[in-house]
Amino acid sequence: MSPDPNDAPGGETAVQYCTFKVDHLLIGIEVWRVQEVIRHQPMTHVPLAPKAVRGLINLRGQIVTAIDVRQWLGLPDRGDGGGSMNVVLRLNDEAISLLVDEAGEVVEPAPDTHEGVPSTASEQIRAMFSGTYKLDGALLLVLDTESVTRISPEIGATAQYGTARRAS
Amino acid sequence: MNDDAMNEIVQEFLVETNENLDQLDQDLVALESDPSSRELLGSVFRTIHTVKGTTGFLGFGRLEGLSHAAENLLSDLRDGRLMLTSARTDVLLEVVDAIRALLAAIEATGAEDDRDLSDLIARIKVLQQPEAVAVAEAPPAAIEVDAPARQSAEALAAVEAPVSAEAAAVADVVAVAEAPVAPEAVAVAEAVVAPEAIVADVPAPALASAGAGAPHASERGPGTTPSTRPATGAAEPPHGEPHRSAGERSVRVDVDLLDSMMSQVGELVLARNQVSAHVELLDNQALHQTVQRLSMIVSELQEGVMKTRMQPVEQLWSKLPRVIRDLAAQFSKQVTLEMEGGETELDRSLLEAVKDPLTHLVRNAIDHAIERPEARVAAGKPATGTLALRASHEGGQVVLEVADDGAGIDPDKIAAKALERGLVSKSQLDAMSEREIVDLIFRPGFSTAQAVTNVSGRGVGMDVVRTNVERIGGTVDLTSAPGMGTTVRIKIPLTLAIIPALLVGCRDQRYAIPQANLLEMVQLRAEGTSTDIERIGGALVYRLRGKLLPLVRLDETLGYSPLAADDQPDAVSIVVLQADGLLLGVAVDEVFGTEEIVVKPLGRHVKQVPLFAGATILGDGGVALILDVLGLATAARVEEVTAGLALSSDATEDERATERSTFVLLRVGRERRVAVPLKAVARLEEAPAASVEHAGNGQVLQYRGDLLPLVALAAILDDAAGDSPAEHSPDEAPATIPVVVYSDGDRHLGLVASEILDIVEGIFEVRPVGAAPGILGSTVVHGHVTDVLDVDAAFALAGKEPERVA
Repeated sequence: MSPDPNDAPGGETAVQYCTFKVDHLLIGIEVWRVQEVIRHQPMTHVPLAPKAVRGLINLRGQIVTAIDVRQWLGLPDRGDGGGSMNVVLRLNDEAISLLVDEAGEVVEPAPDTHEGVPSTASEQIRAMFSGTYKLDGALLLVLDTESVTRISPEIGATAQYGTARRAS
Repeated sequence: MNDDAMNEIVQEFLVETNENLDQLDQDLVALESDPSSRELLGSVFRTIHTVKGTTGFLGFGRLEGLSHAAENLLSDLRDGRLMLTSARTDVLLEVVDAIRALLAAIEATGAEDDRDLSDLIARIKVLQQPEAVAVAEAPPAAIEVDAPARQSAEALAAVEAPVSAEAAAVADVVAVAEAPVAPEAVAVAEAVVAPEAIVADVPAPALASAGAGAPHASERGPGTTPSTRPATGAAEPPHGEPHRSAGERSVRVDVDLLDSMMSQVGELVLARNQVSAHVELLDNQALHQTVQRLSMIVSELQEGVMKTRMQPVEQLWSKLPRVIRDLAAQFSKQVTLEMEGGETELDRSLLEAVKDPLTHLVRNAIDHAIERPEARVAAGKPATGTLALRASHEGGQVVLEVADDGAGIDPDKIAAKALERGLVSKSQLDAMSEREIVDLIFRPGFSTAQAVTNVSGRGVGMDVVRTNVERIGGTVDLTSAPGMGTTVRIKIPLTLAIIPALLVGCRDQRYAIPQANLLEMVQLRAEGTSTDIERIGGALVYRLRGKLLPLVRLDETLGYSPLAADDQPDAVSIVVLQADGLLLGVAVDEVFGTEEIVVKPLGRHVKQVPLFAGATILGDGGVALILDVLGLATAARVEEVTAGLALSSDATEDERATERSTFVLLRVGRERRVAVPLKAVARLEEAPAASVEHAGNGQVLQYRGDLLPLVALAAILDDAAGDSPAEHSPDEAPATIPVVVYSDGDRHLGLVASEILDIVEGIFEVRPVGAAPGILGSTVVHGHVTDVLDVDAAFALAGKEPERVA
């Protein structure tokens, strides 16, 4: 592993994660990747876009694509009608918002609690997450933010991740 | 002087010199076609002179030395002591390249690098010898002439072989006089002579430099032969005043600054729109007036900032004559460059964005499209190919064209290649129109180059061109005629920043349509829609003032399922759009009006949808998607129909269309309707089926004591539509057949239909929709789309010479 000073801190040092909840899952993203967390925004639906794309939001004059993490994970829509939160990421010069059920706190798990994604997890889960941390009473799934860029039109509630990817 | 100030001077020097070098390239290539132009020579001389002066002042000794040598040569050229030969042009272009390389090194490291310039300088000196004089005064002058020669001569002197050295040098100088390519030959000759004569004492650099000259000769190859020279050099020479900056009247501004100003002005416009929207709701006269004034100022500011960023397309083209010259030489092709409309102005960032696509297209044209002279002559074309660059304004857009008269694109080859590459399946191919097939070259991974060259054919060709152009909201369109040439049209918006757009509604969402695409709007009551909107197969058409307009429902195209009958809106609005010569009606739920919008790029996930060109933020803060009209047309597959519509603009077509005329209306097969002009119809007959007889290979009818040749309309229509004949064969064999006896002068022909329906009179606009051999086009009769028969063509098509009936 060769940590780039400008890139994510890696190796043995503890990393801070923004956590959020989607359905029963606790998901973490490195703090430095998260631009901001904002409440639900009015959204413009994009016909014919990948299913996981919920719409476009106006973030202070910038147009941001909102990805519905539930759709992406293949989970059913939230039944209780609660509004979702926007976790806005900076990803290769593009801002992308992840719609999650609720935002949690920032955690700094001990490096020795880190483990890979269990091989028994679904292919989709393994493609989306780079590893896990065993927290007290919960398992934190670390999102591989690059996988956001690999969402293709076919990804959605029913599609199996990986089968639809086109060779690029 | 402190370091910062010095750096600034160096920076300025770099910028300025690089600009001047571009001009030099242009001037030198232009000079080739007009070698005696004092003006161009003067301009070239001044540029080099300036470089020499500045580099001397800044202490870049090597640059100074090089430009000094070039200046000396240019001075002789300018004063008419020497003529500009191709060898001299070559060496001067090499100087330009060398200076550029040195500048790049200075920019990167702050200092000149240590590239070897001695060979180049030496060759400049060789070429400074007047040809005639060199021959006459060969022996004494020879050794002085040529640095490598002198070096080797000295080296040879060390091994006491002066005579042979002189002899060699003399021979070489004569060669210079005889052939323009010779300077390299000199070096080659030296390289061969020297090592043999002096193994020990020759200084390494002398050998190196002599040897270094050698590749040039072979590299140039056919390019340096005089025959290609006038061809490549025929670029329009920039006559008149050379383009120089206006000195005191202009200020250099960092482009980044302009960019950020532009985007701020864009935001300002948006903010103004929002303020205006809010103020509308208030009852405050003073505020209204202030906002109005603010609005005006913002508009003027916007226009002003936009103007600062406009630059002529010429700027983009200036590098191309050189590129073309070098490429033509490299591929042994002869190319004339034509440029038209270079003064067309374009936003700077757009200019920058189309630079690579344009260069790529030019390279493609020379590498793939334009044939070698032999092949061209064999095909009956002039040996010299023509590459035309054209720029023009077209309805708020700039059109850039790259046209060649080369081999053109063979759809069959494209299809075969696409199949081979697995880009399409056989069944997909079969369903494609020729235009769609040719369009396949824009697919990623497509490259038809037989061999991978270093110019093009790296498999990253046209798809990158298209991607780059589309990124800035432009379109690329390619037309090609095999054997005749290829034209690529790039259409780009004048400016990226702010465009007026029409806002329409569809299923509770708003969409923006660039006003540049908008022709007109039509509103229909819902009850009225059923008669004015018709379906032809799966496609909708709308009858707009009697003309058929391909129509798409926006909701359907966007993938919404149809509304239940109860939820249908009371009215339907049709926006008539055009893009790329295609006409298209789009049915929307609502039309909101126009607004100035700032086009914002879409994120990666949304960009994949070809129906959207971008997004924008509206006055109320909401996001609206911008519809891509061409994308809509493609999605609706309106291409074929509208290709015909575009033809209708010619006058004779219109005259014919508005004439009052009478038609006989026929039914052919189960449902096709055909109109035959009544004017020439002699009689309508019902002939007993049994009386149809065969004569030769056709059918005839005994008619008034003579034989009347018969033509089955169904056969003509089948040919025109490519249908299978079975479709039109009657259900059961009828006892009689309806025959329209057609007369034109003393020609007679019987047209066989399934049923004679009616005789109609009125103004029928014959549209070239569905036009084919035998079919003039179509019109609307009694609310049905009806083919109009072209009787003359029908005669010919049926393979029957009209017979004379006595």
